[in-house]
Amino acid sequence: MATTLRNLKLAEAVSEPAEKVAERKYPWLHNLRELAADLVSDRVALVGAIGFVLVVLLAAAAPVIADQYTKQNLRLRLSPPMLTVEGEFNYHFILGTDQLGRPILDRIIHGSRVSLLVGLGVVAVTGLFGTVLGLLAGYFGGTVDTIIMRWVDIQTAFPGLLVALTLLIMLGPSLQNMMIALMINGWMIFARIVRGVTLSLREEVFVKAARVIGAGDLRIIFIHLLPNLVSPILTIAVMELARIILAEAALSFLGMGIQPPEASWGLMLSDGRDYMAKAWWLVTFPGLAIGLSVLFIQMVAGWLRSVTDPQQRFKKASKEA
Amino acid sequence: MVGYLLRRLFYALISIAAVSVLVFVITRVIGDPVKLMLPLEATEEQRNQMRETLGFNDPLLVQFARFSADAVRGDFGNSLWQRVPALPLVLDRLPATFLLAFAAMALAVVFAVPLGVLAALRPRSWLDHFCSLGSLVGMCVASNWLGLMLILIFAVNLGWFFTSGYGTWKHLVLPAVTLAAAPLGRITQIVRSSVLDELGRNYVTAARARGLAESTVIMGHALKNAAIPIVTLSGWELSRLLAGFTVIVEVVFGWPGVGLLAMDAIRRQDLPLLQADVFVVGVLVVALNLLIDMTYGWFDPRIRYT
Repeated sequence: MATTLRNLKLAEAVSEPAEKVAERKYPWLHNLRELAADLVSDRVALVGAIGFVLVVLLAAAAPVIADQYTKQNLRLRLSPPMLTVEGEFNYHFILGTDQLGRPILDRIIHGSRVSLLVGLGVVAVTGLFGTVLGLLAGYFGGTVDTIIMRWVDIQTAFPGLLVALTLLIMLGPSLQNMMIALMINGWMIFARIVRGVTLSLREEVFVKAARVIGAGDLRIIFIHLLPNLVSPILTIAVMELARIILAEAALSFLGMGIQPPEASWGLMLSDGRDYMAKAWWLVTFPGLAIGLSVLFIQMVAGWLRSVTDPQQRFKKASKEA
Repeated sequence: MVGYLLRRLFYALISIAAVSVLVFVITRVIGDPVKLMLPLEATEEQRNQMRETLGFNDPLLVQFARFSADAVRGDFGNSLWQRVPALPLVLDRLPATFLLAFAAMALAVVFAVPLGVLAALRPRSWLDHFCSLGSLVGMCVASNWLGLMLILIFAVNLGWFFTSGYGTWKHLVLPAVTLAAAPLGRITQIVRSSVLDELGRNYVTAARARGLAESTVIMGHALKNAAIPIVTLSGWELSRLLAGFTVIVEVVFGWPGVGLLAMDAIRRQDLPLLQADVFVVGVLVVALNLLIDMTYGWFDPRIRYT
């Protein structure tokens, strides 16, 4: 009995748990696990993360829970928030109806799909493009660096919104074209930050070691450098997500995004504007939806910034001590 | 110093050239200007005729040479809507946009600096928490929504200000407050963190040891040294306002600046006017960035221009 127990313990000591092995093989997985643990201990960030997950879940469930978003009901037009319709409880109308009698709640939930689609889609593309350019600039340096960073500088000086509007009026306003316009404008910050981190990583011992054993440039960039860039990229991506959601609301407010009868938060603001004086709920609730979603994302972003920035991390630790 | 200036000026010119190339590519190569300028029922023959008269049938390079030669001379063609040269129309609207943007920035800085300093003096006090919460909310709120809410409360219900228009200070208050919300939040944060940084340094301890009044230590020493990030961020915020955020606020409040003009040009499919508008705003933003770079040395003589 005793020997079997000892053998078991020995076996445990010899064979590491699977997750440890995975962490050793993929350092970024370890980073993410640490991040997750830290997230739970930070209350503000946790609230933000839970709120954001809720927004995502609502958006995913929209076809089921918000199926009346284009259903017009002129008898109920501009009804204030109410719990019951014709004597029966009906949650669709708790935020009131718009000028065509469509339930505001359903339209807000459908609007979140547009915001998330645009936000995540645009950030995925700009993040990828900016990261690759930043890696190239930081790793190769010299002329490559000069050309890429000059390009970044020039494009940063563009009047972004006006260029986007010009592009949209030429291509015709639509969801897809709005995403293209936002993508063209959003990659520079990724390139700039990734280049900065790559510049400092390039001189690290592990990069030299990889080169000594004969790893090629591409292998060093994507296998050795990229995993170390996961947390700064994640931080900017979350901040950009918040920015893009606000930009989407602004562009659809100007009529340059998704077209009626589809619903988007910015579109609801511009639709409700004419009826605002007698029906405050038309603009109030979509705006709150924008503000809350962006707030949730910013709460997560603020925390990510504090964990991934070594300087801030040091401050946090010294405060706690 | 002169070499640095010239180099920065050169890059600024490249940026402006890049903006015009982009506008050219968007309006002539990606889109079809004739389709935009003629009514839908125009025949193919009429379209071709217009292309011929406006020179859109020439090779792209020839068109581009003509476009840039005209742009350099400030000639963007006549506005299709008002039938007068487009550039003066845009320049006429500049003062209104300047007034709005500067009023908003003044408002933001005037509130952000004291709030940030007070928050830095008492970290983790209720005022500090209030400031961080307030700036977070300021950054998260959509400016078009904030504008509409302010109109609803202060113009429609209370009747203190006007819903839209231009002229008196009463017209200016609501749009300036709307535009100031986001920069106010970000500047408060940067004032707080940079003053907090400076307060921990040796020269502050030394100044206190010499018996200087606390107000002199903070205003004369710490704040002065914290100025660089604050000024940089404020300038950058101003260029952000001009590059886009004024458009939204001008549309919400019917404020007759370059942003509202751009939206009118879009609504009336007035391409020359839109091009002139984008070009003017582009020049403005580039010039502002150049100016921000120039101010570094004034605030911190240690920075040498090489």
